[in-house]
Amino acid sequence: MKDVNVPALVVFVLFFALVTVMGFLASRWRRADDAAHLDEWGLGGRSFGTWVTWFLLGGDLYTAYTFVAVPAAVYATGAAGFFAVPYTIIAYPLVFLFLPRLWSVSRVHGYVTPADFVRGRYGSRPLSLVIALTGILATMPYIALQLVGIQAVLDVLGVGGGENANWFVKDLPLFIAFGVLAAYTYSSGLRAPALIAFVKDALVYIVIIVAVIYIPIRLGGYGHIFDSVAEHFKQTKAGSLTVPDNKQWTYATLGLGSAMALFMYPHSVTGVLASKSRNTVRRNMAIMPAYSLMLGLLALLGFMAIAAGVGKGDKGFNAQLSVPQLFANMFPDWFTGVAFAAIGIGALVPAAIMSIAAANLFTRNVYKDWLKPAATPADETRVAKAVSLLVKVGALVFVLGMDKQAAINLQLLGGLWILQTFVAIVGGLFTRWFHHWALFAGWAAGMVYGTWEAYGIASPKTKHFGGNAAEIPGIGEIGYIGLTAFVLNLVVAVVLTLVLRAFNAPDGPDETKPSDYSADAGDDELENAPEPVAAH
Amino acid sequence: MPSDPDAFEDVMPEPAGAPVPAVTPERVLAGLALLVPIVAMLWVSSYDKTEPAAGGMPFFYWYQLLWVPASAIFTVAAYLLINRDEKARKAARKGGAR
Repeated sequence: MKDVNVPALVVFVLFFALVTVMGFLASRWRRADDAAHLDEWGLGGRSFGTWVTWFLLGGDLYTAYTFVAVPAAVYATGAAGFFAVPYTIIAYPLVFLFLPRLWSVSRVHGYVTPADFVRGRYGSRPLSLVIALTGILATMPYIALQLVGIQAVLDVLGVGGGENANWFVKDLPLFIAFGVLAAYTYSSGLRAPALIAFVKDALVYIVIIVAVIYIPIRLGGYGHIFDSVAEHFKQTKAGSLTVPDNKQWTYATLGLGSAMALFMYPHSVTGVLASKSRNTVRRNMAIMPAYSLMLGLLALLGFMAIAAGVGKGDKGFNAQLSVPQLFANMFPDWFTGVAFAAIGIGALVPAAIMSIAAANLFTRNVYKDWLKPAATPADETRVAKAVSLLVKVGALVFVLGMDKQAAINLQLLGGLWILQTFVAIVGGLFTRWFHHWALFAGWAAGMVYGTWEAYGIASPKTKHFGGNAAEIPGIGEIGYIGLTAFVLNLVVAVVLTLVLRAFNAPDGPDETKPSDYSADAGDDELENAPEPVAAH
Repeated sequence: MPSDPDAFEDVMPEPAGAPVPAVTPERVLAGLALLVPIVAMLWVSSYDKTEPAAGGMPFFYWYQLLWVPASAIFTVAAYLLINRDEKARKAARKGGAR
C-alpha cells in the first residue's frame, strides 16, 4: 500500500464536506412555489441568469474526466491530443446559431429535454423515443467516467489501497462520494450542482493559474519544457509536437464533430434550458471561451508532466495519472489537496447534472410518453428523482464491475452516437421540411455505420473500439467516424424525405409555430404560453 | 395569416409598419463573425508548424491558444449585432401592430 498523503487528504476531505453541505442547502436557494414540478427539480425553475448559467455550464461541460483525459492525451501523443482546444473554440460560435432557438421553443412549450422538442416538432413518438434513448445511452458511460476521474485522484492520494487491497476497502471512498452525491441530487435537483459549480470552477481556475505559472518556473521555463518534450518524442516515437500531415484531417474532423456533438448531450441542453432568457444563452456563448482558455492551458500540463519525468521508465504507467501525479510531485502537500479537490468536485458537478438529464429523458420520453401518459407533474418529479438514483448506481456498477477500458471505449462511442441526433434536432430548429421517418432512417444509418466502423478499430489496449478515426469513403483521408456517420445520416434523411414527399407519405402534426423560435422572456408568446404543465 | 403577423417574421417582411427583411446587414455580418473562428480552426495546415515560437512555445500551441480570446471577440460582435437586429424587429412588430 502506498503512503497516504495526509495533508493533501485533509484538505481534500474538507472541501468535499463543504460542497456536501452546500448541496443539501441548495434546495433552499431561490426556492420555488411549486417544488413538485419537474421544471423545479430538473431545470432549477428555468431561472438562472447569465453568471449562474456560466458557472453551471462550465461546471457541466468541463468535467473531471476532461481534466484528466485531455492532458493525458497530450502526454501520450503530443499535438494530436490538443484537438480539444479547436473543438471548444468551434463549439460556441457554432451553437450560437441554434441554441437560442432551442431555448425559445422549449420555453414556449415547456419542453424539458431535446426529445420533447422532437416529439412536438415532428409529432412522432418513435423518433422522439430513439432521440431520448440515444441521449441516455451516451450519458451513462460519461457518468461512469467521472468516477474514473475521482479514482485517479484517490489513487495518487494513496487512499483506495491500490491493486492489492480488497475490493471493498479499495472502493469505499468512491462509494461514500457517490452516496453523498446521490443524496443531495435527489433532494435538491439541479440547484445542487448549480451552487456547487461556483466552488468547483473557482478551485479549478486557481489551480490551473497556479499550475501554469509555478510548474514552468520549477521546470526551467516553457522553452525547456518543449525542448524536453521534443527530445522525449524523438526517443519514444510515441507522438510529435505538430500534427503529422496525414493526421490533419483527423484533427479537424475530430474538432468539428466533437463541437457539433457537445450541445446534443442531454446534460448540456439541461444547462441551457435552465437559463432564464434567450439572451442569457447568447451571452454565455460569448463568455464560455474563458473555460476553453483554461482547458488549453490544462492540456499543456501533459507536456509539463513529460518534462518533469512523470512516469519515466515505467512501461505500464497509466497516462490518466500523469497530471494528478505531476501535481503531487510539484506542489506542496496542502495545495495538492486543493488541486485534487478541484478534480474531485469537478467530477461531482457533471455527474449530478448528467444523472438529472438522463432522468428527465427517461421520465418525459419513456415513462410519460409510453408507460403512463396520465402522469401528473408531481408523478414526473417523483419518477425523475428515483431514476437519477438508479442511473448513478448503474454507473457505479459499471465502473466497479467492468473493465475501465470499456467505459472509455463507450464514452468515445457516446460522442459518435449523440452526434446522430444532430440532424433531427438542429434541422428541426430551422425547418419542418424533413420527414420524421427519413430522420429516423438517417439516425439508424449513422448509428449502425459509426458503431460498425468503430468496432473494427484495434489499439494496443483493446481489440475493438480502439479509436475514433477511420478512412472517409470517397475522400481517402483519415477522419472522425462520428462526422462521417453524421454525413451519411444527413444524406439518408434528405434522400428519403424527397422520396416520401414524392409519394405524399402522411406526416405528423407540428405543434410549434415560427414565432415560437424567437420568443424571449417578456414577450407575448411567453406571457400567453400554456403553463409547461398543460403543454403535455 | 394577417391576424398573426408574428408568425412569418423570420421568413418575410412585415405586412405593416417598418418592414424588416429576413436578410439584414446585421444578420449577415453576425454570420460571418461566427464563421471566421470556425474556418480558422478547421484550416489545420495553416498552423501545423513549430516556427515562429513565442516564449519557447511552438507556433502550433500559442496560435490556437490565441484563437480562444479571438473567437470570444468575434462571438461578442455577433451577439451585439444580433441584439441590434432583434431590437429593430421588435420595434417594427410593435409599430406594425398599431
